[in-house]
Formats: sequence, C-alpha cells, structure tokens
Amino acid sequence: MTRSLLNVDARTAKRNASEKRFRGYGLAAIFVAVLALIMLMTSILTAGLSAFQQTYITIDVALPEDQLDKSGVRDPAAMAKVTTIRYAKVLKQALLAQLEAEGITTTLSDKDVAKILSKEAAATVRSRVLANPDLIGTTIRIELLASGRIDGFYKGRVTMASAALDGNTSPEALQLVEQLAERGWVETKFNWAFLTAPDASDQRPEAAGLGVAILGSLYMMFVVLFLALPIGVAASVYLEEFAPKNRWTDIIEVNIANLAAVPSIVYGILGLAIFINFAQLNQSSPLVGGLVLTLMTLPTIIISTRAALKSVPPSIRDAALGVGASKMQSVFHHVLPLAAPGILTGTIIGLAQALGETAPLLLIGMVAFVREYPAAYTSDAGLFGEASTALPVQVFNWTQRADPAFVERASGAIITLLVFLLFMNAIAIYLRRRFERRW
Amino acid sequence: MSLTLAIFVICTIAITGWVSALIRVRKLQHLQAARLAALPKQYAVNAVLSGFIPGISVILGSALALRFSGAAPSGFGAFCAVAVAALGTVVALARITPDFRARVHVESWIKTLLIIASSIAILTTVGIVLSMVFESVNFFQQYGWTGFFFSAEWSPNFRGNSALGILPLLWGTLYISFIALLFAVPVGLFAAIYLSEYASHRMRAWAKPVIEILAGVPTIVYGLFALITVGPLLRDYFAAPMGLGQSASSVMTAGLVMGIMLIPFVSSLSDDIINAVPQAMRDGSYGLGATQSETIRQVVLPAALPGIVGAILLAASRAIGETMIVVLGAGAAARLSLNPFEAMTTVTVKIVSQLTGDTDFAAPETLVAFALGLTLFVITLGLNVFALYIVRKYREQYE
Repeated sequence: MTRSLLNVDARTAKRNASEKRFRGYGLAAIFVAVLALIMLMTSILTAGLSAFQQTYITIDVALPEDQLDKSGVRDPAAMAKVTTIRYAKVLKQALLAQLEAEGITTTLSDKDVAKILSKEAAATVRSRVLANPDLIGTTIRIELLASGRIDGFYKGRVTMASAALDGNTSPEALQLVEQLAERGWVETKFNWAFLTAPDASDQRPEAAGLGVAILGSLYMMFVVLFLALPIGVAASVYLEEFAPKNRWTDIIEVNIANLAAVPSIVYGILGLAIFINFAQLNQSSPLVGGLVLTLMTLPTIIISTRAALKSVPPSIRDAALGVGASKMQSVFHHVLPLAAPGILTGTIIGLAQALGETAPLLLIGMVAFVREYPAAYTSDAGLFGEASTALPVQVFNWTQRADPAFVERASGAIITLLVFLLFMNAIAIYLRRRFERRW
Repeated sequence: MSLTLAIFVICTIAITGWVSALIRVRKLQHLQAARLAALPKQYAVNAVLSGFIPGISVILGSALALRFSGAAPSGFGAFCAVAVAALGTVVALARITPDFRARVHVESWIKTLLIIASSIAILTTVGIVLSMVFESVNFFQQYGWTGFFFSAEWSPNFRGNSALGILPLLWGTLYISFIALLFAVPVGLFAAIYLSEYASHRMRAWAKPVIEILAGVPTIVYGLFALITVGPLLRDYFAAPMGLGQSASSVMTAGLVMGIMLIPFVSSLSDDIINAVPQAMRDGSYGLGATQSETIRQVVLPAALPGIVGAILLAASRAIGETMIVVLGAGAAARLSLNPFEAMTTVTVKIVSQLTGDTDFAAPETLVAFALGLTLFVITLGLNVFALYIVRKYREQYE
C-alpha cells in the first residue's frame, strides 16, 4: 500500500481513536452530571409529591352534652377542661355508629377501629367545638384526618402485605377503610394543611405541616435582607470606590475572600458563642438565625456587588465629577442606580443560598419542636425573638423521626423549599435579562 | 431609661434636627438673601447624622460595657446616648451659616458609615476566631491536648471519663472527602474540558446552566437524597451482596453524594481556568500537527494545572467543611476503618451532635465541639489561602 493522506496508517488511526475516546470521556462526564441531577430530582419528587395529598375521612359526629359539657351552661372555661381523650371517645362512638349505619362489619376491636382516624382528629373536633359551643348537642358532619398508615395506603406506601407485619395497622383496618371509601366517606385531596399547619409530634405524621417553618424562614429572610443588603452595598461601595490601596484594605479584601469559603457550620459556632452565649439573644429565634445567615451571605453579596460596581464604566463617574458632583454624589446618584440590577441579582442569589442553609441553624437551637406560630414582635422576646424553626431545619427534623411517613413529609418540604428557590432564582435571572446593560 | 427607649428618643431627636435645620436654612435664605455653600438638604442631613451616629455608637458601646461588667442596667448609658445625640444635633444646627460647607461634613459622616460596614468582614473573622479560641482554651484546660490530637478513641460520655480523640473523626472526614473528590474531579474536569473545548455553542448554552443547577441545590437536599435513595441503593446492590456491611449510611454514600455536589464547583472553576489559557498556545500546538485531545492533554492542561489544583483544593476545603450530607449520609459511629461501606463519622457531624440538645458549657463533652470547630477552621482556612494563592499567581501569568 502506498503512503498517502487518503490511507489512514496505524498510528493515525490510533491517534484518531484516542481523540474519539477523549471526547467520549467528556460527553460521559456531562452525562453523569446531568444524570445525577435527574436522579436527585426524581428521587425527591417521587418521595415528596404525595405529601401534597392527604386522605380525609368524613364522619357524622354526635356531640352529646352529657359528655362534653356536663354543666350545660356552655361555660368556655369549663368546656376547655374537657380533654382530647374525652373527644376521642366521642369520635370512636361516632365512627362505630357510622359503620353500623353503613352496614359494615369488621373483626377488629373497637379500639383498633378508632385507629383509622388520626390522633389529631380529636383535637380538630375539640377546637371546632370550643370555637362554636352551640354545636354541642347537635350532630356535625366533619372531615377528619385519616391516620398515617391509612393515608400511606392510598399513596401506595402501605400495602396489605406490609400492613400484616405492622403493629400500627392491619389488613382488616385497610379493608374497613376501603369499604368506607366505596360508600364515599373517604377522600384524598390537596393538602393545604401541609403548607399552613405547624409541626406535629412523631406519633401523627399526617398532621405535620410547614406553617411555622415557612414563617420562620420568612422572618429570617427579612432580617437578612434588611441587614445584609445595606451593609453589603456600603462595604462594596467603600472598597470599590473610596478605599485607598493600603494594608488595611488589603486585609479586608483577603478576609472577604476567605469568609466566602469558611464552612457554614463555623458560622453556627460563631452564632452560638457570640449571639446566644455572649449577647444573650433568644435561642432558636429568627433574629439570631437571621444574624448568622447575614454574616454568612455578606461575602457573597459583597463580591457580586463589587462586580456590578466595577462594570459601570468610569466615564459615568467622570461625567458626574465634571459637572461638579462630589465623589460621594457621583457614586450615590449615578453609579449605584446603574449597578442596582446587578446588586439585586447578587442579593437574591445570596438570599436563596441563605434560605437553604441548615447546618448553622442546627447549632443555634432551631431544631427545637415548635408548635406555636412565632409573632414578629412581642414585648417579651423583642423583634423576631420568639422560638421558631426554618424550612431546611424542619426537613432535617423530620428525617430524624422513626415513622416512614415523615420521609414523605421531609421530601415534600424539600419540594416546597426548591419551589421557593426556583422562584427566587427566576426573579434573579429575569432581572439580569431585563436590566443588564452592556457598555 | 432602657436602651430601646433611648433609640426611639434618638430617632425623634434626629427628625427634630432635620426639620429645624430646614427651617433655619429657610430663614437664612429669606432674611439675608445669602448664597448658601450647600443645598438645604445637606444641612438637614448633617444635623441628622451628627446626632444619630454618635448616639447609636454610645448605645452600642454601653450595651457592650454592660455585658462585660455584668452590672445591672442603670439607665446611665441610655442617658449618655440621648445627651450625646442631642448635643451633636444642637452643634450641627448652630453651625448652619451661609459659609458652612455642609456637603463635606455629610460626606465624611457617610464615609465613616461605609468604613464601619466594610470592617464588619474583619469583625466577623475576629468573632469566629475569638468565639472558638476562648472555648477551646477552656476545653484544653480540662482535657489534655495530646489526648485530643493523638488519641484514636472517640467515646463522649456525659457522666465524665470521655475519650475525645479527634483522629477517628479526622479519618472519616478525610476518607469521605477523598471519595467525593475521586468522583467529582474527573467528572467535573472532563465536563469542563468538553464544554470549553468541544461543545457547540448550543450545547454549552444548555449544559452549563443545567450543571450549575446542582450548585444551587441546598445541601440538605443532597442529605435527604443520600438518606432515602443512594444509601439504600448502595447497601442493597453493593455492600450487602459483597458482604461488606449492612449499613445504609456509609462513607461511600456520603462521599458519592458529596461528589455530586462538588461537580459544578470543580467544573465551573476549571472552565474559567481553561478558558483563560491563551488561544495562541492551542494554535501553536495545532500548527505542529497535534490533534485536539493531544493539544488539551499536552498543552492546555499543563498550562492550566496550577489553577486546576487550586480549584481542587477549594473543592477539598468545601468537602471537609460540609455538614448536612455527612450528618444524614455518613452515620454517627466514630471508627477507624478502611471499608468504605461502613458508617463513619466526621468532625462536622460531631460538632452538630455535641452542640445540639442539652448542652452544658462547662463540660468538656460540649466544649470539645469548639476545639473541633477550630481545627476545622484552621484546616479549611489553610486550604483556602493556599488555593487562592495558587489561583492568583497563575492568573497573573496569562493576563
């Protein structure tokens, strides 16, 4: 064979093959990364989407006066003394009566029949009655949470086979609920309570909600926004526009670069030692959480703000100075407004980062079990001083509980968190697209 | 008078200062028909800031003094703050004359504020170091440093007699970080190479943002992913059949998931660095007849190597300081073992477990968390400084 460019010799073939291989590695790497993202998202979505559905059982509950208000005078104080245990008994009777009326028979004991309702159900009825004492003596039709296992059955988490091995439910209970469902008493519908209700104890995953966590996260975002944005912008303006090149500003610059890479848990230790132990602010309060997250996001905001300031051309400053503005006026009247979209974008991304941060919040006590909605201001606790929890911490909290239904709740909480993050990032991208200026 | 009340009073003084400054300026303009050296607004702002800034600083100072001295709040500090604020406002108002250059004064106040804001970065670092050093010193007074740094046993016991050796924790941390890097560096690096050298414009436009989504996902999400998906998967398909362990939380689980988290970190940093290699070097290589992959391997990568090493070091520091993934994915047992399918624990996990729940800040079992934190801080700081140094030095070469 003659040597020609048209004939590929062995060495060229080898080199071409290695070229192809190399390209393949690159493509494979991208494929792996994208696959990881897809797996991550599908795993969270499949585990969590069902948290937005909840199974309810409708029951006609007779509210006998002799059990719920013995005095018969509808005195709120006396009625409040009747505990959920009493209401649970009333509910059990109502449920049994309903089964009898529907002609459903079961081999289960009465106690086990009552277990198809959530432990939260009695509290629901009780608060309904306390809110409206006139209901006593009447029969009300009320939608009540089904217990976690029954709910799991309608979501495919619990099957007849797994129920047989389960101490908390039984195949008979599931059949019983199916019979109720055939007669239209059981409904699975969108779970608003998941987004608004507070956390519930580990006995009743079906009642656990994100209300307190969302509120706590919101408060913290307020604190972060109102502290990190002004401080971050002021610091960047100084460093970018005014700072002389000397050792002090060098130290600040190196510092900011390093702070951006300090592990987040270290900020938690800082918060615990300085804000809680030294300044004696309230543990697990959104104020402390917000302060810690502020310190954590400051470097991010400073870095992006400085980039935004840098991208404003010097001619703008020169023009302002030329018509008699002071240096300060040129910055605040001209440079800063032009850099605003970039600054806002950076701030939103910093906020998004802060919203998802968990580790430092664990150390400042945000893992506490909180059922009360925190008020923004109370005279005792001060501004944002009431105990609260936060979205990512709530996720962590739920992963630590034994009942598998909490895995669904945790994944659902993550979906909620991701929706918030997506929304924030979408705003940031929109701002960047809409207002970005090329000089 | 409480400090909160003082803040309200100072705000009132500031508003009064603003209004009366404007009134005085108006009068000056009417009575003397004088040309003022500054806009009326500048006089007013000067009056506000002259009272407000000193007043608030006194409040902060007295709050700190109270905290350090431990004295009961007496109202003296609040009184001083209000007095200082009032004095400052009055002086500023008295200085309103046609010749007074209010703008200059306002701007020096604002500059003071800017300087204070930028010093917060320094204060944060000082706060971090101080908060950990103080408690660490407390810890080392109760527990020997040799026992902490060189003991291979970790078994805290709140009744006393704990063994608090950092070695098993460090081993877990480094092992998990190593596995994470083993996964993230090749994937991230090859992704960066493909995106910057081979990919078409269109592919780059979608692949780069998609990979960067991974960087925006909070770590708790990765933690949950490790807990509910990766852990059971590895246990059922690898660890259990191979007889290596029965635990879903393992070094491998945490390492792999952390590796996924680090991919965008490695790839976007490497991407920047590879793009910074001048095109002339590639052209020179092509001119000598090298294929594209030969150019990348023998010209581009060696030129970008210092930067890539810096990126890897930054990724390593991120891996070492990562908390949620290991809390949910790695387990809690302190163990020195080579088996990657066994549960091990890390420095960060132990910081969390020692500082959550009931804590007693006199016991070494709680204080050890600060010593762990300090160790972690020193290690990551060292890595960061070294990495930033390398990256900076490299950048100067080609720009």
